[in-house]
Amino acid sequence: MELDSLLSEKREEITREWFNLIIQAYPPDTAKFLKNQTNRFANPVGHAISEAMEAVLGHLVEDRDPADVYRSMDGLVRIKAIQDFTASQSIRFIFSLKEVIRKKAQGQHLSGELLELETRIDELALGCFDIYMACREKIYDLKAKELKSMHFRLLKQANLVSEAGDPGSGPVGGNGS
Amino acid sequence: MGTPKPEELIQKIDLTPQWPGWMDTPTEIKPGNFCWGAKAKDLDGIGFPNPREWNPGEEDWKLPENWKEIVIEGLRERLEKYRTLKVFMDICVRCGACADKCHFFLGSGDPKNMPVLRAELLRSIYRREFTTAGKILGKFAGARELTMDVFKEMWYYFFQCTECRRCSVFCPFGIDTAEITIIGRELLNLLGCNIAWITGPVNNCYHKGNHLGLEPHAIMSSLEYMIDDIEEYTGVKVEPTFNRKGAEILFITPSGDLFADPGTFTCMGYLLMFHELGLDYTWSTYASEGGNFGFFTTNEMAKRLNYKMYAEAKRLGVKWIIGGECGHMWRVLNQYMDTWNGPADFLEVPVSPITGTRFDNAKQLKMIHAVEFTADLIKNNKLKLDPSRNDHLTVTYHDSCNTARGMGFMDEPRYVINSVCNNFFDMPENTIREQTFCCGSGSGLNASENMDLRMKGGLPRANAVKYVNEKHGVNLLANICAIDRAALTSSMDYWVPGVAVAGVHELVANAMVFKGQGKRTVDLRGEDIPGMEEEEEAEEAAESIAVQEPQEEAAGAAGEEGSE
Repeated sequence: MELDSLLSEKREEITREWFNLIIQAYPPDTAKFLKNQTNRFANPVGHAISEAMEAVLGHLVEDRDPADVYRSMDGLVRIKAIQDFTASQSIRFIFSLKEVIRKKAQGQHLSGELLELETRIDELALGCFDIYMACREKIYDLKAKELKSMHFRLLKQANLVSEAGDPGSGPVGGNGS
Repeated sequence: MGTPKPEELIQKIDLTPQWPGWMDTPTEIKPGNFCWGAKAKDLDGIGFPNPREWNPGEEDWKLPENWKEIVIEGLRERLEKYRTLKVFMDICVRCGACADKCHFFLGSGDPKNMPVLRAELLRSIYRREFTTAGKILGKFAGARELTMDVFKEMWYYFFQCTECRRCSVFCPFGIDTAEITIIGRELLNLLGCNIAWITGPVNNCYHKGNHLGLEPHAIMSSLEYMIDDIEEYTGVKVEPTFNRKGAEILFITPSGDLFADPGTFTCMGYLLMFHELGLDYTWSTYASEGGNFGFFTTNEMAKRLNYKMYAEAKRLGVKWIIGGECGHMWRVLNQYMDTWNGPADFLEVPVSPITGTRFDNAKQLKMIHAVEFTADLIKNNKLKLDPSRNDHLTVTYHDSCNTARGMGFMDEPRYVINSVCNNFFDMPENTIREQTFCCGSGSGLNASENMDLRMKGGLPRANAVKYVNEKHGVNLLANICAIDRAALTSSMDYWVPGVAVAGVHELVANAMVFKGQGKRTVDLRGEDIPGMEEEEEAEEAAESIAVQEPQEEAAGAAGEEGSE
């Protein structure tokens, strides 16, 4: 209970410090931008970070719907997954919350509750792994789909394939533009 | 608190350098972010320098010994030739207004994707070689020597710019950073350092007339394939003509419309609409490409590839030209064609044979965009439309960078969409019209090997689509660009699954009521239209009991998910 009230009480501080830790993954110029631009369309990455933080804290403090938190974490991990980060770097953000909370809870004799909370954070981290993997798989899937559909019509016209797939389904790439 | 005192302020100043400057931050060429290098056979096929097999991921790019001299001389030549370049090199004060406007910066977080910094890659060389301050003061004046690493860095980042010009909208000096990229790519091109995804299509286009390298029989058979589909789905038999001398209008569209879904559905849309109007028009198997990937290599090559449009119009003796839905095609036409290959004084100012509207905006060019043509038809009530046929779609519109910023073409597509769909929602203001975000794959970057880069560049656009998807249930992203149709399909698949992508004319044809049409329960993709079955049943029932009031609401089913 005490940890809960600490989290509620210091939520704003925690959010601020956690945000600062997350944006350290980016070069300083970028981090400054991510922090200062508040328009969600002008700063999609900063917005995704804030949304994910809000959902995670909401889940930990208010026991909000887990589907909600996974959706928001997806929003951020999906970005990290294509931003030249390794898998570990991509989901580091969730672990850095532990760091922030531990600092806040220092000297408060909350180790039991803290352990419990950290287990919950670990659960979320596992979810982030799954999201990350699904995103990377999607990237390879897109490459394969584009190649396939680029040639499908040609093959079909040349009678090299016949009704092998579902015509008209699936996205197509192609450089004819 | 009050105003801090000078002593307090001084204490806060941190004099230790925190981060190496951009010049000292080495660039790593990362897989997923670059396209394969131009192939020897393609460079050879179009007479470009240094044809050889090379891999940008490897150390040795197989450049001639005097590569540096070639680049510097190339820059000198272009500074003399293009006054804009000289001005753009000199006037930037690095105010940073453009810095956070680039979709690649927003998506990647890489500061070298800030337009100002991307331009500095070239500016730093310019200063070192062509300004006294740069020669004497070097780095202090923002100058640096052209080394192999610098050259590779230029290559990496000039192919991380889609020439969309969003940054230029915000530049107080009006610097067009896209032009800097264009020149940067020309310089890279002098050493055969373009990308395969661009030079392949250019070579095809130069020899076969279109990017895909389709020969006349392949173009015709592709359209025949569509004609069969159209007949099956609508009961209407369209009969396009090819290379027909004496036709009133020549129609030219990007070749992507001929082969790549969902562009093919847009193409079926044109075919149906032109047929319904009884338009006296012809396709050409020679001028068979609206797009111009030459524009992503050199000015001269772009001009060469563009030449066939007017030449074919002249050969066939048409009066004017309609162009299909494309983005960069229109920037090239609108801004360059007349200077390159005009004046087209053998053509007439376009006058719609259906409405009598004279398109004075195309007085010089003699060519109009298909959406302009269609908007005018609708305005004059010349199309019989039943927008409820699109009621299962909730649509938003992506302004293609080139039609929006390159030619100020923003209201016509929205007018057409609103006439053929009942559910339309625009994306937020700072993501559309002049401020539209690029699809992330323009200017020849829509290869597959750079998928990570494309997704980064596509994030800001997708982010806005996601917003209207969540807020209004948008399930279709309409656009008027062939690259958009291909690129956004993958982008949506990654960022906002459930949102399909379609050209505007696909929506138009799906909403049109044709003379002698059969039972139409499917759309141009051959997919069932939710609610149409019931409508027909309702109609039949209505007829049998002879109800008096016209029925309008039977279409129903609004808000149902997805068109795919």
